[in-house]
Amino acid sequence: MESLLSLERVSFRYGELPVLKDVSLEVGSGSFLGLVGPNGSGKTTLLRVAAGLLKPDAGRVQLFGQPMAKVGRAQMARRLALLPQNGNLPPAFTVWEVVLMGRTPFLGYFGRENASDLVAAERAMEQARCRHLADRRVGELSGGERQRVLVARALAQQPEVLLLDEPTSHMDVEHQVATIDLIAELVDQGLAVLAVFHDLNLAACYCHRVALLSQGRLVAIGQPAEVFTAENLSRVFKVEMCITTHPRDSVPAVLPPGSRWRGDGETRGRGEPPLPLGEHEYASGQLHRSEDASSGSEPDRRRSREGGEGKICSAAAPPHCRRAGVKAEGGIARHGSAGDGSGR
Amino acid sequence: MRGVMEVVVARPRPAGRSARLRLGRYTVAVAALLLACMVGVMVGKAPVDPGTAVAILLSRLHLLQVVPWWPASLETILWEIRLPRVAMGALVGAALSVAGATYQGLFRNPLADPYLVGVAAGAGLGATLAMAAPLPASLYSLGIIQFAAFGSALLAMALVYSLARVGGSTPITTLVLAGVAVGALANAMTSFLMYAHGDKLAVIYSWMLGGFNVTTWRQAALVAPSVLIAVLVISLLGRVANVMQLDDDQARSLGVNVELVKLVLVVAATLATAASVSAAGLIGFVGLVVPHVVRILWGPDHRSLIPLSALVGAAFLVSADAGARLVPGPQDIPVGVVTAFCGAPFFLYLLRQQKRSVF
Repeated sequence: MESLLSLERVSFRYGELPVLKDVSLEVGSGSFLGLVGPNGSGKTTLLRVAAGLLKPDAGRVQLFGQPMAKVGRAQMARRLALLPQNGNLPPAFTVWEVVLMGRTPFLGYFGRENASDLVAAERAMEQARCRHLADRRVGELSGGERQRVLVARALAQQPEVLLLDEPTSHMDVEHQVATIDLIAELVDQGLAVLAVFHDLNLAACYCHRVALLSQGRLVAIGQPAEVFTAENLSRVFKVEMCITTHPRDSVPAVLPPGSRWRGDGETRGRGEPPLPLGEHEYASGQLHRSEDASSGSEPDRRRSREGGEGKICSAAAPPHCRRAGVKAEGGIARHGSAGDGSGR
Repeated sequence: MRGVMEVVVARPRPAGRSARLRLGRYTVAVAALLLACMVGVMVGKAPVDPGTAVAILLSRLHLLQVVPWWPASLETILWEIRLPRVAMGALVGAALSVAGATYQGLFRNPLADPYLVGVAAGAGLGATLAMAAPLPASLYSLGIIQFAAFGSALLAMALVYSLARVGGSTPITTLVLAGVAVGALANAMTSFLMYAHGDKLAVIYSWMLGGFNVTTWRQAALVAPSVLIAVLVISLLGRVANVMQLDDDQARSLGVNVELVKLVLVVAATLATAASVSAAGLIGFVGLVVPHVVRILWGPDHRSLIPLSALVGAAFLVSADAGARLVPGPQDIPVGVVTAFCGAPFFLYLLRQQKRSVF
């Protein structure tokens, strides 16, 4: 697999504060790498380093086989697009004007848009399904619409690499699935995507590979089932989680440790263990406090609970797994090759 | 999904329609400026009717061969007093409006005005120094006050910009705060100078109030290059200025050299402001409000916002100066009073008409 973007042993510090330590990963054409980790683990910083907005203190970033420093700013912007998390959009501008800004790297400082720029912007709006918004002002859009506009602007750059910082934040489930379905389609067409996710289930369902960051270090990278183990997640997120399998596809589904409700409408009292008692061996009554992850993470204990939790999973996780779909369509080769990039 | 359900109605505007729209805007703005200039030439202690005014100007330019039916003194008044005054008003109005529009966009702050990066305070200090210092009279006649104001305004901007630089970049908020701080320092020094040189108080104060009372062609010619260059440069960078309205990260990831563009825009806007302050003192309100009026009327795109702001700002200040001459009294009232007195209600009216976000 040709790697479009690769980070080799990258470290970065804000002043004295180390944010990234010795991180290596790579993304190739047609692969979707998810970046997960707790708040402050360095996800956004990693994305900013990958986008060339921050210069790493150590290590190498390579873009299209060249050192990033050698790739000019405009040249880079013609092949790599970034979707920021809370980017400012001037509210009085129309969607069309904002999407057309995606053509900036092709125009230089004084150029005017020509017909091909208009076509590219229009196509991008169609792909991101926001063409009907063209004449609306961006200040009047909902969160989901706004995000689609940002996706359209990124697509107007006609990138080969797309970096996304929480593309589904502030969205309801409908728009989350629609947005990420769109991104997955683009991955199928050959786009290389590196995306930060807060929602582990979305990452598990859509990403070929996920990278788990903790305190600036890469804890694990690989297929979601390899990375989202009870051991990894409890260690990194400092909270015990219930890990099961998606009822439809064989990807991991991550759930809160349990319900405060017994299921019969009674609230658990103060001091009572947070998990349903009796039915599950898993609930040993010491989960929240326990640093000792072993009690909850043994594979056989987890497995024993899968059947019982199925209904809850189907309510909380996306309806289907994108990755399974990719496999069925013969995407295995790409998927497999994406996995062997720098998995550890 | 909502996106699929909705009927696709909106298409990007066809080029023909938007080109016509653009032409219409410029026609309106140019007509407003010409009208304002006409009024500016006619109004004053010796009023002229429009026909005579046009005839005087055309014959002076050798475009019209007629036997003068007007007194020679009127020709002198028009050509040597009113016309330079109108030209200066137009230049200063354009400079302040363009600088205001640029800063508002660059700082993403609708309250930004041309004096934001310490230019006004710097110019004030420079001019006060020149007036307070015991300089030979010949220097004053050469316009040392204007040069001192212009130079110190640019110095203040350079100081603000270098103070605001943090590790290779210039964050907008730091720039604004440094501007406020340097401005306060310069103002304090100006106040001290005024206190220490009580005998010059009236001269200094009347300079600061500003206006176009004694404008010559020479002064207008000195101001013109800075203003025209700045307007041209900023207009050409209009599309990039739009991109700068996003945050720095987004602009950078779209391939824009953010620091370079920021520097060029700030320097150009400061150049225009410094030139206008040195010639006409501090005239408030124009740079703040004209860009907003243009945004309300014709949208926020800097490619049209900048040139239209220049035209509308010029028309507005020329009319305001004519208004200042119309008010009866021993002296012309300061033009800044007129700009605020007439501009503020109109602006509020537009603001109330507008139901949605302007900026």
